[in-house]
Amino acid sequence: MFFDSFGAFLAMGGHAFYVWLAFGLTLLLILGNIWRVRALRRTFFRQYMSKQVRSREDMKELHL
Amino acid sequence: MGAVLLLSVGTVWGLAFAPADYQQGNSFRIMYIHVPTAIVAQSSYMMMGVAGLILLVWRMKLADVVAAAIVPLGFSMTLIALFTGAIWGKPTWGTWWIWDARTTSMLVLLFLFIGVGALRDAISSVETAGRACAVLAVVGMINIPIIKYSVDWWLTLHQSSSISLTSAPTMPSSMWVPLLLNILGMYCFFGAVLTSAVRTGILIREQNTVWVAEVVAGEVDNDVF
Repeated sequence: MFFDSFGAFLAMGGHAFYVWLAFGLTLLLILGNIWRVRALRRTFFRQYMSKQVRSREDMKELHL
Repeated sequence: MGAVLLLSVGTVWGLAFAPADYQQGNSFRIMYIHVPTAIVAQSSYMMMGVAGLILLVWRMKLADVVAAAIVPLGFSMTLIALFTGAIWGKPTWGTWWIWDARTTSMLVLLFLFIGVGALRDAISSVETAGRACAVLAVVGMINIPIIKYSVDWWLTLHQSSSISLTSAPTMPSSMWVPLLLNILGMYCFFGAVLTSAVRTGILIREQNTVWVAEVVAGEVDNDVF
C-alpha cells in the first residue's frame, strides 16, 4: 500500500476531486454500456415474443 | 469475467499501491483509465473501418452488424478518454481543455463516432445505411494515424507515449504493470460487450428466419434472458 492510511488514500494527496471524478465517470459509462447491451437483448426478446416486430421499419427502432 | 478480474486488479493496484509520480503527485493515477480507454477507442475505430472495408468489398452482412455495434461502445471509450483527459489536465496543465493536436484529433474521433451513428439512424434502408456508414468509417480512418503521431508532428501540451511495444518502459514496473492489466482488461470489456451486442444484432437482422425463432424459443425455455 502506497498510502499511510485509508484517509490518505481517499484524499489522493489533495487530488481527490480529480481522481475520484475520473474513476467515477468511467465506472458510470462502463456500467451504462453493460446495461445498454442487456436492455437491447431484453427489448428484442420482448418485442419478438409479442410478434409486433416483424417488419423492417420497427427493426430500426431498436437502435443497434 | 476476465475483464472484471483484470480491471479490478489493475485499478486497485494503480490506485492504492503504485507510487505517486514525482512531478504530478497522485493525479497521475487517472492514467490507469485514460490510457486504456484512449487505446481501445482508437482500436475500436480501426475495427469499425476494417469492418466497413469488408462490407464494401465482400458484402459480408456480419461485418455491418459488427460495425453498428462498435459505434456506441467506441463513442463511450472516446468520451471517457476525453473526460478523464480534461480532469487530468486541470491539476496538471492548469486547464480543462486546450486546442492542441492530440486533444483536437481525439475530439474529431468522437464526432466521427457520432457522425457514423447519426448517418445510420438517418437512412431507413438497412443496406444503404450500412454501406454509407462503411464509406464514412473507412474515410475517417485517416484520423487514427493523425491521433497517434499528433504528439510528434506538432508541438503539443500533451506528452508523448510513455509506454510502447518496442522499447523498455520509462517508468518502474510497479507503475506500468497495473497499466498493462487495465489495458488488457479494457480490451476484454470491449470484447465482451461487443460480442453481446453483435449476438443481439444478428438476431435482430435475421428475425424473419426460422433459426432465430428456434433460438428465441430455446432461450425462453431456459429463461436465459
